[in-house]
Amino acid sequence: MNKAIGQPLNRVDGRLKVSGGARYAYEMPVNGVVYGVLVQSAIAKGRVTNIDSSSALRAPGVLAVITHQNAPRLARPMRLPSGDSYPILQNPEIHFSGQNIAVVVADTLERAEHAAKLVRATYDAQKPIADMDAILGEAFDPPTGLTGGRPSKSMRGDVEGGWQNAVVRVEQTYVTPIYHHNAMEPHATIAQWDGDNLLCYNATQNVNGNRQALSSAFGISVDNVRVVNHFVGGGFGSKGMSWPHTVITALAAKVVGRPVKLALTREQMYFSNGHRPRTVQKVSLGADSQGKLVAIRHNTISHTSILDDFVEPTGLLTQMLYSCPNVEIVQRLVRLNVGTPTFTRAPGEASGSFALETAMDELAYAAKLDPLELRLRNYAERDEHEKKEFSSKSLRQCYEMGAEQFGWAKRNPQNSSMRDGRLLVGYGMATATYPANFRGSSARAAITSDGRVLIKTASHDLGTGTYTILAQIAADALAVSPERVRVEIGDTRLPEAPGAGGSTSAASVGSGVQAAAQVLRQKLVQMTLSDSESPLYGLKPPQVDVEDARVFAKDDRARGETYVQLMARHQERLIEAQADITERRSQKGQQGNSQGAQSGNAQAGNAKGDEGEKSFHGFGAQFMEVRVDPDLGTVRVVRALGVFANGTILNLKTARSQIIGGMTMGIGMALLEATHLDANFGRYTNANLAEYLVPVNADIPDIEVHFVDEKDEFVNPLGVKGVGEIGIVGAAAAVANAVFHATGKRVRELPITLDKLL
Amino acid sequence: MNPFKFSKAANERAAMRMVQGDASADFIAGGTNKIDLIRQYVETNSQLVDINMLPLRDIKTVKVTGGNFLRIGALARMSDVAEAPLVKQNFPVISEALLLSASPQLRNMASIGGNLMQRTRCPYFRQTAFPQCNKRQPGSGCASIKGENRTNAVLGTSDHCIATHASDLAVALVALDAVVELHSSRGVRRVPLVDFHLLPSATPHLETVLQHGELITAVDVPMLPFASNSHYLKVRDRASYEFAICSAAVALDMNGENVRTARVAFGGIATKPWRSREAEAALQGKPANESMFREAARVALQGATPQSQNAFKIELAQRTLVRALTDVAAKNGGRI
Repeated sequence: MNKAIGQPLNRVDGRLKVSGGARYAYEMPVNGVVYGVLVQSAIAKGRVTNIDSSSALRAPGVLAVITHQNAPRLARPMRLPSGDSYPILQNPEIHFSGQNIAVVVADTLERAEHAAKLVRATYDAQKPIADMDAILGEAFDPPTGLTGGRPSKSMRGDVEGGWQNAVVRVEQTYVTPIYHHNAMEPHATIAQWDGDNLLCYNATQNVNGNRQALSSAFGISVDNVRVVNHFVGGGFGSKGMSWPHTVITALAAKVVGRPVKLALTREQMYFSNGHRPRTVQKVSLGADSQGKLVAIRHNTISHTSILDDFVEPTGLLTQMLYSCPNVEIVQRLVRLNVGTPTFTRAPGEASGSFALETAMDELAYAAKLDPLELRLRNYAERDEHEKKEFSSKSLRQCYEMGAEQFGWAKRNPQNSSMRDGRLLVGYGMATATYPANFRGSSARAAITSDGRVLIKTASHDLGTGTYTILAQIAADALAVSPERVRVEIGDTRLPEAPGAGGSTSAASVGSGVQAAAQVLRQKLVQMTLSDSESPLYGLKPPQVDVEDARVFAKDDRARGETYVQLMARHQERLIEAQADITERRSQKGQQGNSQGAQSGNAQAGNAKGDEGEKSFHGFGAQFMEVRVDPDLGTVRVVRALGVFANGTILNLKTARSQIIGGMTMGIGMALLEATHLDANFGRYTNANLAEYLVPVNADIPDIEVHFVDEKDEFVNPLGVKGVGEIGIVGAAAAVANAVFHATGKRVRELPITLDKLL
Repeated sequence: MNPFKFSKAANERAAMRMVQGDASADFIAGGTNKIDLIRQYVETNSQLVDINMLPLRDIKTVKVTGGNFLRIGALARMSDVAEAPLVKQNFPVISEALLLSASPQLRNMASIGGNLMQRTRCPYFRQTAFPQCNKRQPGSGCASIKGENRTNAVLGTSDHCIATHASDLAVALVALDAVVELHSSRGVRRVPLVDFHLLPSATPHLETVLQHGELITAVDVPMLPFASNSHYLKVRDRASYEFAICSAAVALDMNGENVRTARVAFGGIATKPWRSREAEAALQGKPANESMFREAARVALQGATPQSQNAFKIELAQRTLVRALTDVAAKNGGRI
């Protein structure tokens, strides 16, 4: 039987989605539901002096107008570094434009929208802090470090000494603007109370995180809260945290005593549900006469909000991407009157790689080296920051395959030396990396008497293919066909799984599902071996194997029985098994212990071997070709090629789609995307998809994606390194470097719009 | 959106009557711009009168007041006009301007009359949470002058407003001396398109000469022989589905290697579709070469006023015009 893992299977939910059968959070059918519409602050700083709801309340169909003046008391949300923790409708203080100040509930959406416009807020407004460049001098160290408590500064070696001794130096400041996620599906919640029990359908990447936020806000047990979300219409990090509208919807449902549904408008999503913060990054690279790095400084200031401390960790990749004895990373913050920034696809690596990889290109020119050659001379054989060996690293193969497939050798390094008619041609490249993160994960696997397999875990599918890869993993672990596997995710009643972030789901949830399926398989094997009526009675587990849902003796394939036969004899309708994985396990560790993992707790399989000493990262190489009109300044990417080494590729089709999406987002970052903040009013001016420019088809060429064959025995039993984010890393720098090659103009502030090339 | 009454007009007379009697009523055709503005509360009409039933969709040639014209019915869809053989053959600049506008879905809905009436993309105009916009709220001030203004105008601006006119089509039409036919209960009047849109001066909320209840019924374009030698060049950040950062509509009547007559208009850089008679005068009778084109471009932008973020438009507009003229002259067999 062919293995399902690695097959380019179509998405198992594809038909549902294209036929409209996939129900997103806002579409879940709920009897008697009414509609909530948010009213958001028009000022960015100050306080609400009064909210006049009288005409809204008189409008037809209106059930309630809830403001800080009449809202039930709520606990302040848990303080998280990447979501707003300002009190929700609890006081009149305003910290950013677009802060929620009221919710209107009415019997139809249109009536609620209209009544929301009738709510009259008066303010005591103050001038907001909205010009980041004016306050860079006030930057401060983040009080709680980076997400996860990692330090905001790191230093190895003697950076100043290295810098002084450098023969070639580059020191430049790179700026990335504010970006918004712009997922197609708006943030949305349906909330329904039954006594003290709350059911929430919520557009989220993290059902369990939502459950905690809701239970803490309302002071009820997590057991009283159920959060459900079967499909996510794109998240890119914006749906990783719990945002105020979710709590507000539940609050409104409590007040009106009916289920309430609420979706944000596109404009509202720009203000109140996170963004990637602006970064100002000073990068200093010093190299010896051979181009070998002797000093790296990467000093970043990013903005956060008034009440929360979110850091865009741009320096993380600089710590480990190249070999260099002397490296200093500093991350600082300034506060602006804007909503709290949050995770955005490859938080840190996306913005950080633009700075580092553009600086590397500058260093290559300064050292008169080919940009690829410079990177090879500084190849990091081990993680010099963590002082660990990589569990696997195939970056050299990425460079080689990429250069070969792209035709890098045809590049004349001279600026403006290659032409296509009146257009300038440019080639650029950059390195990509993203950590192969892992989080604990639980799953349940069950088999029914007719041989169908059911997998349950509270994971999420952001449109990335989680349903599909989990079915493939379970199919192989149980030796059944993937068509026999049904996957249930997105419900806090299911075994706990991590939020979908940090490219963790394939590795983490995949490992949990694999372990649960393996435990189930062992149960089934054990049943048949210990059953005197079984043809396999008396054999030991190593003497049997399973193929195509049938257990058989290795030395006599005809001797055996199917799962279905076994269950029929035992009159079992359903047999299930659960696995709870709490830490990273390696392939080796798991294999060594699989015999013992019969208890239903796969923790027994955890290996405490040397894999804890490894550093886990995926790597890649990005190559871009641009055409620049030298008169008009317009840039178009005409070829994009990425080669990635991310361990086992579970599904070539969904993995490739993920990378294509990431590279597309990287091209958008390079040439188009930016959210503009009015410095006087502290409001975003282009809060819509007409003026916030995401790439359209005409901006994106056919993207070529290759994966290097990489086996990683340490990273996790599946050998998987998630591919959700690495595709964006380095893409913008590769475009910027190609623009420099074409024009000789080095643009250090994104996006590279035509005015910067005139 | 604000609650409003919606009715369908069976004929022109009924349509005008319904709107005339209600100061905050308006016509609606394709609705691609109107609905946005209503949903954003920039416009709060009490009544919308659907005019899509009116027989104003023809694209044909007509003889009016002694001249031959291409007549485009006000309710003709952008996509239909762009693909009409009569337009493609005789007025490539119109077809190109339309095909570079919006998206196919929008072009299938949007009407020609509505295109001329579309309102600016200035962010301060479209987001009512901004307290300042003289166009939206007369006397409140202009937030763009001191704020974000990269996409706003450098020509035709005032201290009260710098909002760019958004239409591509109107730029092509003003270059071709198009005339707008307007019907009202007082009768029919014909207004040159170049006079149809108003400069903002101290009253940016007044955008056209159209009176309340007056209806655009057609756009007439003179059958200018050299309009077949025309071109619309649109420059923007995104390759498609974006308003112009700068555009140029040009037509050249060549006499050997010399320009007999030129037509020049700009979009994306001005508060109204910007006909440049200065550039046309500079080109008239001159050899069609790059230095003459540059000189024409220079005089066209002489009166430009840059804002904090859009000074580049002055240079870009000149380069855009030079490129457009170069391409048209080359098409005509010129040696550029």
